[in-house]
Amino acid sequence: MTDPSYLRDGFHAARWLEPLIMELGTSGERGVIPPASEPPIRDGVGDVLESIPPRLRRTRAPELPELSQPQVLRHYLRLSQETLGAAINLDIGLGTCTMKYNPVVNDVVGNHPNVTQVHPHQPSETIQGLLRILHALEAHLCEISGMDAFSLQPAGGAAAIFTNASIIRAHHDRNGEGGRRDEIITTVFSHPADAAGPATAGYKLITLYPGENGYPDFEALRAAVSDRTAGLILTNPEDTGIFNPRVRDYTDVVHAAGGVCAIDQANANGTLAITRARELGFDLCHFNLHKTFSTPHNSEGPALGAVGVREEFARYLPVPVLTRSAEGDYRLEYDRPDSIGKIKGFLGNVGIAVRAYAWIMALGADGLRTVAETAVLNNNYLARKLDGIRGISMPYGEMTAYRLQEVRYSWQQLHEETGVGTNDVKNRMLDYGVNSYFTSHEPWLVAEPFTPEAAESYSKDDLDEYAAIIAKVAEEAYTDPELVKSGPRRSSIAGMDEGPLVDPSRVVTTWRAWKKRHGPSSGISGE
Amino acid sequence: MTAVEGVRMPGVRAHPYIPNSAPEVRRAMLDYLGLDDVSELYGAIPAELRLGRALRLPDAILSEHDLKAHVLGLLDDVVSTADYASFLGGGCWKHFVPVVCDEINSRREFVTAYAGEAYSDHGKHQAWFEWQSLMGELLEADFVSLPTYDWMAAASSALLMAARLTGRSEVIVPRNLNPEKLSHMRNYCQAGLDAIRTVPFDRSTGEMDVDLLAEQLSPSTAAVYIENPTFLGTIEGRAPDVADAAHRAGALCVVGVDPISLGVLAPPAAYGADLVVGEVQPLGAHMQAGGATCGFIAGNDDPLFASEYPTLLETITTTEREGVWGFGWATFERTSFTKRGQSEDFTGTTSGLWAITAAVYLALLGPHGIREVGETIMQKAHYTRACLEELPGVSVGPTATPFKEFVVDFTGTGHTVAEVNTALMESRVFGGQDLSAEFPELGQSALYCVTEVTPLEHIDRLVAALGGIFS
Repeated sequence: MTDPSYLRDGFHAARWLEPLIMELGTSGERGVIPPASEPPIRDGVGDVLESIPPRLRRTRAPELPELSQPQVLRHYLRLSQETLGAAINLDIGLGTCTMKYNPVVNDVVGNHPNVTQVHPHQPSETIQGLLRILHALEAHLCEISGMDAFSLQPAGGAAAIFTNASIIRAHHDRNGEGGRRDEIITTVFSHPADAAGPATAGYKLITLYPGENGYPDFEALRAAVSDRTAGLILTNPEDTGIFNPRVRDYTDVVHAAGGVCAIDQANANGTLAITRARELGFDLCHFNLHKTFSTPHNSEGPALGAVGVREEFARYLPVPVLTRSAEGDYRLEYDRPDSIGKIKGFLGNVGIAVRAYAWIMALGADGLRTVAETAVLNNNYLARKLDGIRGISMPYGEMTAYRLQEVRYSWQQLHEETGVGTNDVKNRMLDYGVNSYFTSHEPWLVAEPFTPEAAESYSKDDLDEYAAIIAKVAEEAYTDPELVKSGPRRSSIAGMDEGPLVDPSRVVTTWRAWKKRHGPSSGISGE
Repeated sequence: MTAVEGVRMPGVRAHPYIPNSAPEVRRAMLDYLGLDDVSELYGAIPAELRLGRALRLPDAILSEHDLKAHVLGLLDDVVSTADYASFLGGGCWKHFVPVVCDEINSRREFVTAYAGEAYSDHGKHQAWFEWQSLMGELLEADFVSLPTYDWMAAASSALLMAARLTGRSEVIVPRNLNPEKLSHMRNYCQAGLDAIRTVPFDRSTGEMDVDLLAEQLSPSTAAVYIENPTFLGTIEGRAPDVADAAHRAGALCVVGVDPISLGVLAPPAAYGADLVVGEVQPLGAHMQAGGATCGFIAGNDDPLFASEYPTLLETITTTEREGVWGFGWATFERTSFTKRGQSEDFTGTTSGLWAITAAVYLALLGPHGIREVGETIMQKAHYTRACLEELPGVSVGPTATPFKEFVVDFTGTGHTVAEVNTALMESRVFGGQDLSAEFPELGQSALYCVTEVTPLEHIDRLVAALGGIFS
């Protein structure tokens, strides 16, 4: 099925062989001159550095490089070219991350001076327009989730899960059951933070594994629930793309035992406008605005994990809470005695919220449904395209069964027949100009896993090209396995020693530590 | 065969963000799958779990021009620090942002990158390692983490690290801590710590009361946390004594810093800090209404410490070609990604773009620029403080040297901070942060912030406006 016309055979990533910034520059060069004091100030205060207590004065200048402005610009432009952002590649591989199009117009409005130049402690009457946007976004997220109140404060998905775990804790503490209810139930195919967030909040975790149909095992849930159950935190569909149709039975069981149910909707891309946290029976939820709601991933943040709650849990939301008065003024309320307090400084990542608001406004109700339907259509179209490729399989079902927005596939057969594993395939994909894919969070319940997600912003031709690359690499695995196992040859670097990535004794996080361990190095001049 | 609806918006056949919303393409894809309608793909979702109606949202604004006009129209109802003189700080500060910082952090490759690994995103990983390395020089620390969400997240995580490293369960923090940070610590560390105790500060100097600290230190103390400069703006001159006292009690000393001060102030490692945390926003990021925060954790290259970092870490490595470096995320088994339910802390998507931005900033400033900016900040802050001290009824903070912030006490004027700030608005001035509710012991006090980008004209305007209020 490989159609060579779709393959970028001959692609090569930018390879600048750029030294470390620490190795560049010459003594005396300057990159920028910061503003200086006006003469009346300079003359008026004398030598302010003398007023620093001697023990607190810096005595050695930091060994920062000295570079001119064009050198710095050129260096970081080269590094940007050596980064395969979602805007310039078919980032279908990073499943669960929802690598969709990040509309440029959203960055234009999000970077307006009336966002970037605002101080968060300005009087609220001076930022009414901004608060109006945040309030409208909260209202839209309530409608999209069926929840009654939202907080935009958590700065990422993991922080949002921790926030929900903190809310569950506050709820049981307030009811006098906090000491006894010390267990939270999650599933192995949910994000690791669905376990780690509650664990950080002090909970013991019970993890449900899937049954034959791929759903978390219901009997195991029933056996796990008790008067020690504080709550349930899971995702649906899970990383497999399998929607659990009995989820309401799960929330009912946990509710009957007095637990609180939270759903991780970081990635709600397949269910927008189709089904909501409320209809599924959940009390709490969260959306990653940097996934489902199109805000950029920004090289691992800034991001935003918006937390939604039913009315009875609103009292616990982080402060401040944004309210609208009868007169129509937007206010920030800090006097909330039952609040869990601060999760993030100030109001959270306001600029990200502005971007998500713009995205919702660009789509509306029908548009959001089109997003979900198209994401699911794309995913199933890709699945059908991959069906029949030698070495691939779809655990917990046939390749022809429908999944929602993503699928966790397995290269187990390929590995058994060729010795080529999923990490080898992942690396080789780069040689055709697409990002290496996401395998799976740990533990690897699916052998030799990979998890693509064809979000709504990929075209049919994009999907055909991606499927052709997968088919090509699989074919290579059978005909020339060493080629696939030798790592990417057309990336910005090749043949990396991965020892320091996995051996704690070889981890070196700074140049000064490297020099201490290995002596001053030669950089590229050593070639 | 039923008709295929494309994008469900009257008059528009395909949404610009959704290529396969074009009806012809959608039909072709459904035909390929042997389906009549896309709804057949949702067969797994029972009817009773479906919304069963359209979402109630405003009509879509399909034209990019109109969308931009709509959002900018809402933002018109905002006055920013570009319009007013601002003396607000308290954890989010207006500093000089070199244009090259904005240029680099606007690059689409960085803006849209995410979890790409060493080979796909070599440039991103190199920029992160450079950030760690540049911060390492500024901090004189051999080990630096990838970002946390912000300073308060870094501080809370460092205190949990200290508890694990010492096997102890209590920490001591100063009374003059940002109340929001203390709130974060209390929630974040609720399971990992038994107690967070506070030590008063000397009201006349603003420095930590080391005698009272000594009384609080116990065999349960995992760490003493202090900041330099303190939340109330002064340089903590007793920091070396605090570190000594902590160490004598078998506890760690964790120091929070504003890194833009480190061209002129000693790095905490030089006076005994075991772990250093702080906020990177001053290094090249605009305030963004508080949404450009980025924290870090740093320390020495001790493997015991290294194993307790909950954050992602970037390591340098070699490649097959001599002299060409590789970079990658290191040792996931430390993190919540692997530990799941065994985690005592967690990480995730934090603030990577601001780390790249700060790398650009430090590369541009260099050793001379970072010293100059520190000196200019101090000159302007000291000048402003001296001007305000001249005003009748106004007294300025404790005697310890301020860096860029200081406390202004209006009690003697007979006015509340709220009244003063309201009156200042008429002169297009945002007065300092009102401390009266959180620090009642300071009376009607406000935290004023002055930086290298505060022009003399703004200082003059502030002084004149205050003079007018009190005349």
